[in-house]
Amino acid sequence: MPAWLGHRSLTLIVLAAIVVLLPLGFPSSYYFRVASLVWVSAFAAVGLNILMGQAGQVSLGHAGFFGIGAYAVAIGPAHVGLPSWGALLIGAVISAALAWLVGRPILRLKGHYLAIATLGLGVLVALVITTESRWTGGPDGMSVAKLSLLGWRATGSSTWYWITGGVLVAGTWIALNLGETPTGRAFRALHDSEVAARVAGVDVARFKLQAFVIAAVYASLAGSMLAMMNGFVNPDQAGFLHSVELVTMVVLGGLGSVVGSIVGAAMLITLPQVLTVFQEYEHLLLGLIIIVSMIFMRDGIVPTVSRWLAGRVRT
Amino acid sequence: MTILTASNIGISFGGIKAVDDVSFSVDAGRILSIIGPNGAGKTTLFNVVSGLYVADRGHVELMGEDVTGCAPEALAALGLSRTFQNLQIFQRMTAAENVMVGRHLRERCHLLSDLFRLPSVTRQNRATREAALALLDEVGLRRRADQLAGSLPYGACKRIEIARALAAEPRVLLLDEPAAGCNSVETEEIDHLVRRVANKGIAVVLVEHDMKLVMKVSDRVLVLERGRPLTEGTPREVRDNPAVLEAYLGKHGARGAARA
Repeated sequence: MPAWLGHRSLTLIVLAAIVVLLPLGFPSSYYFRVASLVWVSAFAAVGLNILMGQAGQVSLGHAGFFGIGAYAVAIGPAHVGLPSWGALLIGAVISAALAWLVGRPILRLKGHYLAIATLGLGVLVALVITTESRWTGGPDGMSVAKLSLLGWRATGSSTWYWITGGVLVAGTWIALNLGETPTGRAFRALHDSEVAARVAGVDVARFKLQAFVIAAVYASLAGSMLAMMNGFVNPDQAGFLHSVELVTMVVLGGLGSVVGSIVGAAMLITLPQVLTVFQEYEHLLLGLIIIVSMIFMRDGIVPTVSRWLAGRVRT
Repeated sequence: MTILTASNIGISFGGIKAVDDVSFSVDAGRILSIIGPNGAGKTTLFNVVSGLYVADRGHVELMGEDVTGCAPEALAALGLSRTFQNLQIFQRMTAAENVMVGRHLRERCHLLSDLFRLPSVTRQNRATREAALALLDEVGLRRRADQLAGSLPYGACKRIEIARALAAEPRVLLLDEPAAGCNSVETEEIDHLVRRVANKGIAVVLVEHDMKLVMKVSDRVLVLERGRPLTEGTPREVRDNPAVLEAYLGKHGARGAARA
């Protein structure tokens, strides 16, 4: 068995074990809720990492897809009479279709130009959500029907903990799968040298588009889960700040590292909760922690720490 | 059998004719070298032939098919591979993975099977890795297969590029200065490698500054000067042509060299 296969299964087992064992130490339902938020954000970050970390293409508008997923499960049941799970699927299809349509022209752009184009896409989605108040409730947001499947209704923080945790494990499995396949290699190749990838026969435009669509579907599913878990949506979930937050999770944890995206999401969600003890200095400290980690761990937390550990083992 | 023909290629950048009316052709199993002083247009010519630049004039034929203006990935599918003068290596991938990318067109690549890593994907991965390891063995890098390409020395990266290009099982291979930065032992290895490639029936076009290597391996040599063809012939004919010496050393230097 090659080494990377072992590494992949081990990562999944450890993640699943954490999801299963963590609640043993939870004193209140508040902890279930924070952990579920971590799993949802981590799921979106794992998807974005396929685009940013593997294929090397930035998206500063990713919350737009998150918003589409969130509003799909809000609008579907409320206005169209769809079941929540059907609305979730339709949201994912709409996100994929939008990513495909818009991705074709804008993924020709590189670097900062691509960043601005994706930012524009995100802003556009947020704008539509805010202005179409007849459907979306406008800036005030709207309530979301509970998820029900065959008469069973998903309510309560612990239920959502298990749903989001299970979905995260599944999403991580897929992201880990991808790395060592022709598709994953094509992503990573075009990240390092587009020209060499093309000469090797990689259809760069097609693979960039695939990565963009995959990341959009991840974000959309995360948005749907959060909306159903909260029972409420508002336009902030599709907003620019949320896009930046997702990018920060991926970069902080380590571009290209699946585990890194989960760690990055965990930090960005739990730190503000922990730092509330510092009251008015909360945001100052959060900013400082991010700056200091980026200075000392430029490749992100997980790649830096694992390199450090590997060095320790060898000596 | 003629594999690759370039006829009357011309391309200008901002009024400067980088390549002007250059033609060449290469047969299966033959080695054509393109030499000339710096700035003669050798790499530009490669970029036109491999589809990275679109020529202003001229035609490129691959296996008798007009492929002028085709994209690099389309040319790769038709059997054209190349390496780069300035390294174009996938730094964050291992040596083996670099070569595995070279097999991209020989692999079945389907998004859904890859996402769920069906058993067929795992099987194919194993076969691709075996093929990549065999090629790394051929260029003497088997031992470094699982090291990150970015951490390997320059000469090793050059050879990874060759292995990656060969992985596509090309009909024609364009090598842009494969011996640059290599010591004499490594250059010797490149010499053998290029011959082995040609012996398999692959047409080789070589751009190289190492004259010893060029004179040893080439069947034909094309000399370029300032974008224009100066002469073409066997290594011996080219070596004995005073115009070639002059192109490299200038009139004065050529006279000095002739006297020496």
